[in-house]
Amino acid sequence: MLSEEEVKKVALLSRIGLTEEEILKYQHDMSAVFDFFRELETLSTDDVEPIGHITGRSDVMRSDMCEDFGDTGRQALLDNVPAKKDGFVKVRSVF
Amino acid sequence: MIRELHNKLVAGEVTAVDLAKQYLKNIKEKESDILAYLSVFEERALAEASLVDEQLKRGETIDLLAGIPGAIKDNMLIEGTRTTSASKILDNYIAPYDATVITKLKSVHTVILGKTNMDEFALGSSTEKSAYQITKNPHDLTRVPGGTSGGSAASVASGESVWALGSDTGGSIRQPASFCGVVGLKPTYGRVSRYGLMAGASSLDQIGPLGQTVEDVAIVLSRIAGHDPHDATTADSGHEKKYEEYLGADVRGKKIGIPKEYFSSDLDPRIQKICDDALKIFQSLGVEIVEISLPHSSFALPTYYIIQPCEVSSNFARYDGIRYGLSINDEKDSIEKTSTLLETYLDTRKYGFGPEVKRRIMLGTYSLSAGYYDAYYLKAQKVRALLKRDFEQAFEKVDFIFSPTAPEPAFKIGDKSADPIKMYLGDIYTITANLTGVPALSFPIGTVDEEGKKLPIGGQLQGKWFDEENLLCMADAFEKKYNNK
Repeated sequence: MLSEEEVKKVALLSRIGLTEEEILKYQHDMSAVFDFFRELETLSTDDVEPIGHITGRSDVMRSDMCEDFGDTGRQALLDNVPAKKDGFVKVRSVF
Repeated sequence: MIRELHNKLVAGEVTAVDLAKQYLKNIKEKESDILAYLSVFEERALAEASLVDEQLKRGETIDLLAGIPGAIKDNMLIEGTRTTSASKILDNYIAPYDATVITKLKSVHTVILGKTNMDEFALGSSTEKSAYQITKNPHDLTRVPGGTSGGSAASVASGESVWALGSDTGGSIRQPASFCGVVGLKPTYGRVSRYGLMAGASSLDQIGPLGQTVEDVAIVLSRIAGHDPHDATTADSGHEKKYEEYLGADVRGKKIGIPKEYFSSDLDPRIQKICDDALKIFQSLGVEIVEISLPHSSFALPTYYIIQPCEVSSNFARYDGIRYGLSINDEKDSIEKTSTLLETYLDTRKYGFGPEVKRRIMLGTYSLSAGYYDAYYLKAQKVRALLKRDFEQAFEKVDFIFSPTAPEPAFKIGDKSADPIKMYLGDIYTITANLTGVPALSFPIGTVDEEGKKLPIGGQLQGKWFDEENLLCMADAFEKKYNNK
């Protein structure tokens, strides 16, 4: 069983605010899911290479080029920004 | 169905505008019951349709899919339209560009009717976890349409669209196709570009088509598949013919494998019977049925439910309340007064995400955190290698693998929403195709009676990597025989 403290810690790492009620709920839910994962412990995988890419593609290259979406593209992106000033994205202070 | 409508368009029996109007009317009449759509583009659809009519008037050749009305799951971007992934955190999000699949569909002048409902961010198995509405199963309005592409499946099943696009991370196209009695394909990982699809679990996600028939699904797949420089995981098609052009080839002598692990004594005897009958149809087509083993099958579910949340937790860091979507950072219109950046994150994600999204992000964050990575994510990626090996060995003996798509017919709304594990267990047959990357198709193979309603049951065929043409060919042969029996 995950402790209340563990749930609070993982919620903070996940940047998700939780109510006291939710903490208890997720403590229960997540513990059940982690118990469900235990089945994997019964399987030995010592000599197994983990999967990288499932269809085996690797080192796919593309040219490092800047794609210009123009003013319209920039405006479409900025229109989605919740808070902005003088064409810049506004962010709260870190501390 | 698409080909019939296309022939009518070309023969001038119906105009594309008439067709679009007919489907928009179907939507108006049925939406109050079905709730398949999150947005409907009446004006855009009619404008696109009239372009097709002009092409026809000029005597130009039109594509098979031109003027044929379809629907798009709301996690794919269409420039200038609201795209929410059925989440409150993207309630006001306007897509700034087209997903590659949309660019491709626009280039053949198909008609897009609207965006369909889904479980929030494609996390769920019933479309009950949409932040906006619960889509109903057209075969029984008290039941779920399946999920997460439940809106897409319900729109096709109810005649609110001819075809639809869904996305499939663990069965999200195939299980709703099964529940709604339509055909749904999850292509091979890398067959269809994910550019402009909101990322869920990037190593599992794949866009695919839903339709009334195998041929319809093949036609849509041909229009969306192919290499895309914007998605480094996509592959070249490797052949010049369109998928629908392969249909009708002889399937005699092909081999279908029946994994003994998929047909345990726990399986609903009604579904077992329907599967047995389906296998008889395959045999009557000259197909050989072979028992096979996929020894690591029982480990697929926990493997999936480690890998999927890990990738989700990482991808969903982008919903930060700063660049787009909901933001709780302005004192004037905030729910809670916030002062620091951390509080912006915490509050935005607290009010923006639904419970299942929060659960998966936290599961993933925990599994990836220091001290747990080896035990969970790394372990799961190793088991994934074993699952892939199982499939490679099976495909040395057989051409396809058959199973039911889901262990049950559509369940009642509310039946499973409280218990995550119960919901997860329903994904048993579908998730392995995502973990191993193989293509998998769900198609109707029978019905069961529940409370006086006939509920569809889907069969699933999994094929070899990038072998969609043979997979579609086999299912098409079955469908023709099944419909004429």
